Formats: sequence, structure tokens, C-alpha cells
Amino acid sequence: MADVPNIAPVLPEIFLALAAMSLLMLGVFQKATTPDGVMRASRLTSGLGVVTLVLALILVFTVSGAKLVAFDGLFLSDPFSSYVKILILLASAFSLILAQNWLERQGAHRFEFAILLIFATLGMMMMVSAGNLLSLYMGLELQSLSLYVLAAFHRDDTRSTEAGLKYFVLGALASGLLLYGSSLVYGFSGTTDFATIATTIAAQEHTPLGLIIGLVFVMAGLAFKVSAVPFHMWTPDVYEGAPTPVTAFFSVAPKIAALALFVRVMVGPFGALVAEWQQVVVLISILSMLLGAFAAIAQTNIKRMMAYSSIGHVGYALIGLAVGNEAGVMGVLVYLTIYVFMNVGTFACIMAMRRGDRNVENITELGGLGKTHPAMAAALAIFMFSMAGIPPLAGFIGKLYIFMAAIDAQLYTLAIVGVLSSVVSAYYYLRIIKVMYFDDPGIEPLESPLPTSIVGVLVVTSLATLLFILVPSPVIGWAGTAAASLF
Amino acid sequence: MADLPILSLLIFLPLAGAGFILTINGDDEIAQNNARKTALWASTITFILSLWLWFKFDNSTADFQFVENVDWIPTFNISYHLGIDGISVLFVLLTTVLTPVCILASWRSIQDRVKEYMIAFLILETMMIGMFAALDIVIFYIFFEAVLIPMFLIIGVWGGQRRVYASYKLFLYTLLGSVLMLLAILVMYNQAGTTDIPTLMTTRFDPSLQIWLWLAFFASFAVKVPMWPVHTWLPDAHVEAPTAGSVILAGMLLKFGGYGFIRFSLPMFPDASVYFTPLIYSLSIVAVIYTSLVALVQNDMKKLIAYSSIAHMGFVTAGTFSLTMQGVEGAIFQMLSHGVVSAALFLCVGVIYDRLHTREIAAYGGLVHKMPAYALVFMLFMMASVGLPGTGGFVGEFLVLVGLFKANTWVAAFAATGVVLGAAYMLYLYRRVVFGALEKEEVKKMLDMSRREWAVFAPLIILTLWMGVYPMSFLDMMHVSVDNLLGQVQLALDASNSALVAGQ
Repeated sequence: MADVPNIAPVLPEIFLALAAMSLLMLGVFQKATTPDGVMRASRLTSGLGVVTLVLALILVFTVSGAKLVAFDGLFLSDPFSSYVKILILLASAFSLILAQNWLERQGAHRFEFAILLIFATLGMMMMVSAGNLLSLYMGLELQSLSLYVLAAFHRDDTRSTEAGLKYFVLGALASGLLLYGSSLVYGFSGTTDFATIATTIAAQEHTPLGLIIGLVFVMAGLAFKVSAVPFHMWTPDVYEGAPTPVTAFFSVAPKIAALALFVRVMVGPFGALVAEWQQVVVLISILSMLLGAFAAIAQTNIKRMMAYSSIGHVGYALIGLAVGNEAGVMGVLVYLTIYVFMNVGTFACIMAMRRGDRNVENITELGGLGKTHPAMAAALAIFMFSMAGIPPLAGFIGKLYIFMAAIDAQLYTLAIVGVLSSVVSAYYYLRIIKVMYFDDPGIEPLESPLPTSIVGVLVVTSLATLLFILVPSPVIGWAGTAAASLF
Repeated sequence: MADLPILSLLIFLPLAGAGFILTINGDDEIAQNNARKTALWASTITFILSLWLWFKFDNSTADFQFVENVDWIPTFNISYHLGIDGISVLFVLLTTVLTPVCILASWRSIQDRVKEYMIAFLILETMMIGMFAALDIVIFYIFFEAVLIPMFLIIGVWGGQRRVYASYKLFLYTLLGSVLMLLAILVMYNQAGTTDIPTLMTTRFDPSLQIWLWLAFFASFAVKVPMWPVHTWLPDAHVEAPTAGSVILAGMLLKFGGYGFIRFSLPMFPDASVYFTPLIYSLSIVAVIYTSLVALVQNDMKKLIAYSSIAHMGFVTAGTFSLTMQGVEGAIFQMLSHGVVSAALFLCVGVIYDRLHTREIAAYGGLVHKMPAYALVFMLFMMASVGLPGTGGFVGEFLVLVGLFKANTWVAAFAATGVVLGAAYMLYLYRRVVFGALEKEEVKKMLDMSRREWAVFAPLIILTLWMGVYPMSFLDMMHVSVDNLLGQVQLALDASNSALVAGQ
């Protein structure tokens, strides 16, 4: 009898892949010739898609706990990967819930949306669990290709197609860089397996220059995927052009996956080269924080502002990576957890910005929201204060742990630049609050009532952001376990 | 009843009141009145509860009392640790007194978004009490920073014409200072392995590290106090804030800085405190003299009182760093009396602002003919601000000057000029507003104080006179704690001196 590979660690991924393919079948065989049929098919796949993501989340829970290896080291499952996968699945589920209503109203509801989103999620989960440069690339490409299509999903809108194309061209370049770096690493270490690369590097007395160059290329590719400066140029355009639910998705799930992958690759195979990559990470972290803080000030489009804001947030998360130890990784995980909630919530608010039959994206459109939509304004205010890192909101705890790790590692410059840029970024977060509360409502208020899906997501995310401070221990403890499993 | 978590109750009762207001539906007159009443009840009950502290507080020990300690983030040794000593107890009480006064003072003047306004004030009270009662430095920081959110909204939503500018300035200035303090807190945690304030007070940090930590804390507290030259946010914030917002700003927010210096800078970084004393002295004296001169030429009543606040806080910082018993006690006392007196002065401005809707001094004149009762109240607080014996203002300034005299004669001499200048600008203000001929038509129509306004002022009048006539009831409460604090500082200084000698 042939050896049956141990597929238990991969169960969530297998389930997700099978479910996505079944949904595809389901969608295709729906008689989607009439507008009603199209609507029915898209609602069906979207609803089932959410169920699928939730089931996958439960599966991840059940396999989490131990360190497991499958397929000869190609696939790793450890508390770190489980933690990140749960975040990714949460973010995907939130995005899918938010998307349906928006797409229907834009007339862009097609059943492929949910399927593409699930495939992208699958790719992200593969990335997070990658134990080999090859499985890394496979996951990354599955994710990226789905995302390119998603960015251009609103195909009748020129901005959306432009965003998709731009993302594709630049993303392909980044993938190329990453692949080239991987080949150099393979050439100079003789393997693509993470664990073997680590032992090879540790055994070498002098690290070959080619390996360092390979490392830098890999980092450049990953920095592109997390949209860290100087590889951030695509972000504002793609965020602005892509359909808002897609932007919401872009700003959380792929970022989390890519950051987690970044962390795993740096502290795993290249852990021994920490002195080499730390300075690079410090630099891109500082640049990202500063650019995120200063460039967002001049934005008038709220999606563009959020794009720069997300660049800034990546900069903070990278502080944790620059620290490069357990405390740092824990900081990254806590930060990302909180980031999911506040970012999804913010985008839920942006999706609710409708006037008449069109979406509006200008910040000034929020004028007087505090009077016309008090609950939504309160939620958005919570997210903005949280992003600015003002206690007692959750964002403060995220920053606290990141800075705590930086101080422990004596990266004082990084910490000081971090806090100072958080003051600068507070300026533009406050602007949203100012527009909502201090300005008068425009002639025509934003549409109300809000769709139920948006209200539901807003309630969950704003309460999570507001009340996180009361019981932060479970998340922190869990993130600590997850971080410990990498070292 | 020893286990009653009185401090937590005080902290979260206003919050519960805010939650209750949130459930009030509608925006009509009845709903607004319900919101006002709920807020008044919540803050009054909080005040009555806080009297428990006054009566049960043990004067004879410097230990923290009414302590509560619950694990919060055990992995990092951060806990929800509360307690008060002789230094903080009076500030907690001042907060609970001022909040109902503020709510009563905005009864009529706030007609727009009443519910939100009351919620903001109750949240503010929660944060302020929490900050004074916190015995964990992270918890302290959370409350300290969180105050910015309601304050930003109060100024921005209910403020005057340049409210946006003023609220941004307040927020960003103070945030900039505090984030540096946050880093210092993390460094301290890294060094000491705990965020517990009583433990940190006895931890000896390396003197060279102390310099940096002290500077980081200074960045935060100096902005809050505010000390010259980072005071510029204060006049803007005061001018634009609604009356009750100014009251809280002057009465409580400025005390955060002074309290911070006494609670953190002195006991935790004694060497650095001594090292930087000349800096503090210089900045304080500049503040006292310069801002008093600036106050002399103001045309806006609120701005004038704002500048006078800066001058008074200059006494506080100078007294604190004199490191003498009288100086520190005087500083605390000065903060308390300034909390009452400046709050009352802003309320005095509020009374006539509500009638004429201008803060221009030139718009008034001859008020004494139409509003004799008001003129009397205003005079009392004006005299208290000047430091007339028999009022709270005198005791604080006198003690600070005695302390300073012991520490450094020159500083005392310069600081004393502030008293003279203070008399000049306050009397000048009073003369222009209250005396003179009753010529302006609008002023002729003004009515004297209503019963509600009397109710607002009554507690403040009583407190001011009580502080002036029998200050011992307040000084007794803080005496042992201050003594202990200075003893610790002296001990630490002796230790590092002897280490220095041994090193040579």
C-alpha cells in the first residue's frame, strides 16, 4: 500500500479549494440568462461563500495547536499560521458580506466575485503556511492572479479596469523580482526548503554575496506585496480605482498574508542573517510611516487617503519585523488583528457613502454626518481615533506592543520616528472627525437607512475596536503563542 | 465596607450615566432636558460618593489607600491598579466638584446636541478621575490621553468661531508631548520590568538615563501645564471652548501636568529633576512675568484669564521643583485653588457672555449698577486670583514663595513680581468691566444672576473662602504624603551623591 500523505494539516485549504470549485460549478449551471437569474446566482454564491469561509475558519481552529509538516516540508501548519489564517478568513468573510449589496447596486454582481475572493483567500492561506520557496510562490501567484481580476471586476468602469491593469503589470514585476531572488537563493544555498536554507546559512562562515542579493530581491518582492515604501506606488491608484468592496478586501487580507509571509521568510530561512536584513526593514519601515503620514494629508478622496493610511500602518507593523524576535512578531500579530477590525469598519462606512444612486468618495461628502447619521458617524469616529492610536481604543494597544518591542530591542530611532509620524497621521484622521462633527451637513444628506449587511459589520467592528481594551489578554496571549512557534 | 471598590465606582459611574443618556430617544426639548438632568444626577451622585474619600481618608499615612488591583494583561505585568494618596485625593475631589458645576453652567448656554455634550462631559469626568487614581503607569497613560477625545469634540463642536483651529492645536500639541512620554514609559518598563507606579517610585534609574526619561515626561507635562514656550495652545483653546469647556480646561486639565511632575518626575527621576531645576525655574519665571504682561494688554476676557492661568501655573512648576516642603505643598494647594478660582472666573465670563454674546472687554462697563450681585461674586474671585489673604489664592502663592525663598532667593524675588503684575491685570480687567459709567444700551438691559447661576457659584465661593480661611483641612491631607515624597527624593539624591563620592 502506498504511503498516504498526511493531509490533516492541509484540511482547511483542501476544503476551501473544493468548495470554491463546487461554487464555480454551481454558478455556471445556474441559468443566468435573465437579470433575475444573474442576481440569484450571485446571491447564492456570495451567501454560500460566506458560509464556506466560516467553515474553513472552524477547520483552522480544529487543526491549530501543534506544529505539523505536510508534503515533505512544503506546507507548514503551526500556531503562527493558524492565527494568521483566522485573521485572513475573518477579513475575507467581512469583505464578502459587505460586497454583495454594493455590487448589486452598481450592477456588477456576478457570481464569480465570491469565487475569486475565495481563491485569493486560499492563495493567502498557502502563503502563510509555505515552508518552501516554491510553495511560497505558488500561494503568492494564486492570490495575486485572483486579485488582479478582482481589481478590474467592475469591467464597465474605466477606473476599475485601469486599476486592474496597473496592479497586474506592477504585480507581475514584483513577482518576477521575487522569483529571481528565489533562484539566487537556490543557487547559493542549493535548496528551496526553508529549514534547509536556514541550516545552510548558519553553517556558512561567510555568507556568499549572491545569497544576500537574492535575499534583497525576495524582500523587494515582498515589500511590493505589503505595499511598503519604496514599492508602494501602485497602492493609491489601485485603491482608488478598484471597486470599494475590493479595496476593503485589498487593504486587509492580502496585507496580512503578505506581512505574515514576510515575517516567516525573514525569521525562518534567513533568521541567521538578521543583521543584514534588519537595516533594510528599518529603512522601509521608517519610509513607509513617514510617507503614510505626510502624503495622506493632501488627499481629498477617502479611498486614496486610506491607501496612504494603510502604507503607514504597514510601516508600523514592519517595526515589529525589524525587531525580529518573539516580542516583535507578537506585536505584528496584535497590530494586524486590531487593524482588521478598524479597517474593515472604515471601509464599511465608505461603502455606505451613497448619494442618490451613486457612490461618493470625497471626504467633504461626510460633512455633518454627526447630525444626519449619528451612529455611523460615531462608528467612523471610533475607527479614526483608533487608527490614530488614541487610547482607550484598540489601535493604541496595537501600537503599544509594537513600540514596546522596539524599545526592548533598543531600536530607539525607529520608535521615535514611529510615534512622531503617528502624531502627523493623527492630523488627517482628525480631519474626518472634523468634517463629520464640526462641519454642517451638505444640501443632500447621505443615503439612509444603511443596508443591513453594513450595519451588522459596523456594529461588530466598532464594538470590537471600542471594547478591546477591556479584555486584551486573550488576544495577546494567543498572539504570544503564535509568535513563539516561529522561534 | 472596606472592600467597596470606591474608586472604580467613581470612575465608572459617570460612564454609566453617559450610557444612560445614550438610550434617551429623540431630540426635542424633553429629551434634552432629560439628558441634562441625567448628567447632573450622575455627576452629583459621583460627587456625593467621593465625599466618602474625604471622610475615610487616613491623613496619617503616606501609603496608597482605597487600593484596587486586578490583573489586566498578566503576561506583561500590567494591571488595573488604583489607589490614592494625599497628593491625588484632593484632585479627585476637585474633579467631582467641578463636573456638576460645569453641567449646571451649560444648562442654558448649550442648546445644540445636548445629549452628546453631556455624554462628552461625563466621559471626561471618568477619564479625569481615572487618571488621578491610576497606580499603573499604562493605565495612567490611557486615561491621560483619552481625555483628548472628549476635549477635542467639546471645543470643536460647541466652540466659537475658530474652534477647528483651536481643537486641532490642543489635540496635536498634547499628543506630540504624550507620545514621547509613552516611549519613556516603555523604556522604564524595559528597565524595571513593571508598570506599577509605587514600585517605579522606588526604582533607581541610572542618572544618565533619567535625563532622557525626564525630558520625555517633561515634553508631555510641560505642554499640559502649560509652560512657556509651549503654552500657545491654551489661549486659543480657552477662547474657543464653550464656558464649561474652559472651566474643565483651566480647572482640571492644566493640573495634569503639575500632578505629573509631582507624581512621576520628582520621585522617579530625582537626579534629573535636580539637574533640570534651573531650566524649570527659568521657564517658570518667564511664564510668570511674560504672560502677566501679555495678560495686561488683552481685549478678550477669556484670553486674559487664560494668560493669567499660565502665570499661576508658573508658580506651581517653580514651587514643585524647589523641592521644599512648603514649595511642593504650596504647588499642590495653588493647583487646587487655581482649579476653583480660574474655573469660577471663566464662569463669571460665561455669565455675561450668555447675556451679551461677546467677550470683548470694551463691550462692557458699569455692570455694577445693573448686576450688583454679580459684581460681588466676580470681585471675590478676582481677589482670590490676585492672592488676597483670606482667599485660597493667597495660601498657595505664599507657600510657594516661602519654599522658593528657601531654595533660591532670586527665583523667589522674580516670582514675587508676578503677584504684583497679577494684581495689575486683574484689577484693570475688573475696573473696565464692572466699574465706569453705564453707557452702553445692551449693558443696561442685562439682568443680574439667576438662581441657577447662584447655585453654580455657591460651591466655588464656599471652597475659595474655606481654602483661604482654614487651609489646614486641605494641607493636613497632603502633608504626610508630600513629606514622604520629599524624603524619598532626598534619600535617592544622597545615594547618588555618595555613589559619586565613592566613584572619585
